[in-house]
Amino acid sequence: MSGPVTLSTKRSSFWPVVVLCLGLALVPVVAVLTKQGHWVSLTTQMMILALAALSLDLILGIGGLLSFGHAAFIGLGAYTTGILIQEGKGDLLIALPMSLAVSGLFAFVTGIVALRTRGVVFIMITLAFGQMAFFAAQALYAYGGDDGLTLDGRSTVFGLKLLSNKIVFYYLTFACLAGCLLLLQRLSRARFGRVLLGARDNAVRMETLGYDVFRVRLMAYVLSGMIAGLAGFLLANHTEFVSPAYAAWQRSGDLIFMVIIGGVGSLWGAVGGALTYLLLEEGLSGLTEHWKVIFGPLIILFVLLTHGGIDGVVARVRDRLAGGRHD
Amino acid sequence: MSLLAIQVLNGLQLGLLMFLVAAGLTLVFGVMDFINLAHGVQYMMGAYLAATFIGWTGHFVIGLGMALIGIMVFGLLLERVMFRHLYARSHLDQVLATFGLILFLNQGVKMVWGAAPLGVPVPEWFQGSVLLGDGILYPVYRFVIIGSGLLMALVLWLVVEKTRLGMLVRAGASNATMLSALGVDVRKLFMVIFAFGTMLAGFAGAMAAPILSVEPGMGDQVLILAFVVIVIGGIGSIRGAFAGALLVGLIDTLARSYSVDFMRLFVGPAAARGIANGLSSMFIYLLMALVLFLRPDGLFPSRGRT
Repeated sequence: MSGPVTLSTKRSSFWPVVVLCLGLALVPVVAVLTKQGHWVSLTTQMMILALAALSLDLILGIGGLLSFGHAAFIGLGAYTTGILIQEGKGDLLIALPMSLAVSGLFAFVTGIVALRTRGVVFIMITLAFGQMAFFAAQALYAYGGDDGLTLDGRSTVFGLKLLSNKIVFYYLTFACLAGCLLLLQRLSRARFGRVLLGARDNAVRMETLGYDVFRVRLMAYVLSGMIAGLAGFLLANHTEFVSPAYAAWQRSGDLIFMVIIGGVGSLWGAVGGALTYLLLEEGLSGLTEHWKVIFGPLIILFVLLTHGGIDGVVARVRDRLAGGRHD
Repeated sequence: MSLLAIQVLNGLQLGLLMFLVAAGLTLVFGVMDFINLAHGVQYMMGAYLAATFIGWTGHFVIGLGMALIGIMVFGLLLERVMFRHLYARSHLDQVLATFGLILFLNQGVKMVWGAAPLGVPVPEWFQGSVLLGDGILYPVYRFVIIGSGLLMALVLWLVVEKTRLGMLVRAGASNATMLSALGVDVRKLFMVIFAFGTMLAGFAGAMAAPILSVEPGMGDQVLILAFVVIVIGGIGSIRGAFAGALLVGLIDTLARSYSVDFMRLFVGPAAARGIANGLSSMFIYLLMALVLFLRPDGLFPSRGRT
């Protein structure tokens, strides 16, 4: 990682979070009033991916670990849920804990191996684990294999079909996103987050200070994997479909870009970045079927012209106005 | 036995194609410390250019030559416009920018040539098969791929080990800053390496065109496999790329064919094929994770690299 990235969980993070949450909370109300029902499902999808981006930001932004296999956890959560639904055991009380357990376990086992490596090797080894999950999904011939699996329906809650209601499902997703955002913001300010951040900037110094850097990183990795698994649970229920594509490495690339747009290390920025990314994708794909021809160069320009995302640009402008003061 | 022979030849052929892609990637990565995800689309561009030029001229060798020149120009252009600005950036920036380039080129190819796969005919002289005894036939063209792959490997080895340019490349792979301090124009060296790497990837794509379908996104899977190869072999090491590519090619092919047979004991043929595809691919990544864990620098790390 080049240069220090300031962690903006201080003063500036309160109001953006409030505005973001209020805005998202009002989407269904506005959509129903203006009879734009598809907004609800579109925004649900966006929030699910925002949740995944948020989980990546915990290890990438605060931990400084560039994981290139993060989509695997979404895939694991989604497949666990999908398979349980197909086997008639899709109740939320079973599917949700199972999804979290499976993705958490995968994060634990792969984390033990991956976190002993550094830099490029870490990128490559997480990519390898991600690909393993992808091909494992492809090998699940009984559950659709390559083509994916269309589910019979959504998870029930105590046997009730609550989640089939779009609005209910929207607010469930919203609650998950807001809950995880608050949880991670608190954690990042607590000792756990400080140690993680310290290890990003100087792992040896943190070791010398007596912290078990490996253990803290592993905890962060498992937590991050479980939150992405939660996103997988929601995604399977939302689309009523699971496919190996959920775990593809291109998806991991998308997630990284979402985190970057918002500014690495800024948790609300990850959510904002994901929403920006998906809105852009939605807008461009409405414009032309070849939207990636526009989108690709936008990514390149973005990387070449900005350092550290929108958040970084804002911070630099602010610093310049304040007479080059750095915090 | 004869099945094994054919699978070993197939594995060798896949391995040598992988080597051509991985050789360029490992040099770019090793010397410039630049993660180029777009290396796979250069393979794809090679295949498309070959398909187009061979179609125009109606002649395989002339078309191939034109495609190689085309892909080299294309590589130099990319280096000039985009990659040059990324060398000093973080890996994160490099991954992202080249990821954007993949999106652009995969879609751009679809716009220009259409989404349907293109076919390239096997050149006339290389049609037909060779009898390998016991009535086993093996296509001549696949031998041509094996032969040209070995030839390229030999040329590359001679250049890297025996010439002054190769010496600079090796020096760059172990310490580019020091090389620059000694008065070598590293920028120019980067450009040469880059153009050469692109050409190798394009050559692999062009050679593979008659036996694979030429389609958008064909480079993505190859790219990921090439990363596996160079990580197993050791970043920046041509020898490592060669060993890694053959290892990956053989394991992938053999694991695929034998796991199909193995799964057939339990499930139907279609299911066995589906499951075996997934399992054998997982096997490669398991190998990679194992190597990285036990020897983070790969099997043949380039000397002096820290």
